[in-house]
Amino acid sequence: MRDSTYKVAAGPEGYLPPAAAVMGVELPDPGQAIMEGECVDQDTAMKAIASKLVSAENPVFFPGPLILWDWKPGVAEKAAALKDLAEAVGAKMIPMPDYRPKYPMINPAIEVNPNHPNLTIVHNKIDVCLFIGVHCHYANIALKIIRGGTDCYTIAVCAEAGHEEAMISLRDAGICELQRLRELVIELKGGMSR
Amino acid sequence: MKTGMLKISPGFEDIMPEEYRELVDNGPYGKNYGIGDLGSFKELLEEHPLCAGCGLALSLRLTLASLPMPEETVIVGSTGCSALAFPQVALHNIHSLFGNQNAVATGVKRALKLRFPDKEKDVVVIAGDGATADIGLDMVMQSWLRRENITTIMLDNEAYANTGGQESGMSMPGTVLNMAPTGKKFPKLSLPEIAHTSGCDYVAAVSPAKPKQLAKAVRRAILVARKIGPTYVQIFSPCPTNYKLNPKETVSVIRQREKDGLYQTKEFISEEAQAFLNTVEEKK
Repeated sequence: MRDSTYKVAAGPEGYLPPAAAVMGVELPDPGQAIMEGECVDQDTAMKAIASKLVSAENPVFFPGPLILWDWKPGVAEKAAALKDLAEAVGAKMIPMPDYRPKYPMINPAIEVNPNHPNLTIVHNKIDVCLFIGVHCHYANIALKIIRGGTDCYTIAVCAEAGHEEAMISLRDAGICELQRLRELVIELKGGMSR
Repeated sequence: MKTGMLKISPGFEDIMPEEYRELVDNGPYGKNYGIGDLGSFKELLEEHPLCAGCGLALSLRLTLASLPMPEETVIVGSTGCSALAFPQVALHNIHSLFGNQNAVATGVKRALKLRFPDKEKDVVVIAGDGATADIGLDMVMQSWLRRENITTIMLDNEAYANTGGQESGMSMPGTVLNMAPTGKKFPKLSLPEIAHTSGCDYVAAVSPAKPKQLAKAVRRAILVARKIGPTYVQIFSPCPTNYKLNPKETVSVIRQREKDGLYQTKEFISEEAQAFLNTVEEKK
């Protein structure tokens, strides 16, 4: 049953927070997005993402294997669009090249792993992070851990159905959405600098 | 693994950790390297968390360097010391429930055959003696009896080594360990013979004291499993921690055991497998 009071907000919510889906948060329909547990139209969510990224002190992108590895036609173009967006934001990128837990070797300064994303966030003092190209099940695990153990604001730019564990999540996002986000960021930065 | 998976998206090379760049530039994928090339390429297993002098780590290193097609290999592991190393291994690997490894490998192999009917995909089980000879013996033997095209490799350290040191079916009689203070009352299980009579087309018992022999056995086992039927390789990998050996003496302990007649290298090959290996090895 949907608990209308449950908000997917920046934590720390504590060890083992409930899964957002269990608390009644549903994935958005096509053309919509999800913002702190509520379905909104995609444009509203994109503006909120741009605003969060621009106002962040240390925004960091976490590109996953689906975008880091040039494994099928179209990936290189999407990767280039992501790089343009990161440059427009002024965001650092910390990769998630695969999902090996790599105990005890994880170096939080240079990589992120879905099994302990909180280490990377705390180590690098990240206040806003953006997930992209991470397989859905791993993204949801990592987003939930971040919500449980840090105060980082999470954004997921998903090419599939979206992520209820993220504070803002787009769905069906491709190159066009990345380019639109870049335009919004540039617009917002211009506005702020005036 | 798709070949493209080994290519970093343009512009992202600088943010990829060095380990991945090295694997792309100098890894063993698609190169047909063997143990003779060790030292000249980026290995699939580095900086593992296993104990100093661990025979299993040495065996695993040699096994991974002997895979004929690492880029097309899926490893299925199980609970045990080797499971601690697998998160560091740069290969597709699946950790299954304790003892379930050959059942999981069966499913993986069958699915890969359906999904990629025109491609060779090697499914290799690498597990310890507890998972293979004790807890998982049912799954292991049933996969042999069903003649699944998978290779089973046992890293035999003769103990449950990361749970305090209990005896396993592979411990020698009389073995005293921290959690087996009265000494083992039963003989070591003759799994190579059981594998042979259960229908494995290729069976070998080897050790890292003879790396070339180990490499040859692993390759033969994988090639036979691809075309003929189930195969089994047992690798003697002494545990310095539980057997209280000097870590630098792991290999000499194997040699001494062999000299004392307490460990034997073995090889059983079915006629069909021998004919196949003759054609493959003649081509070289």
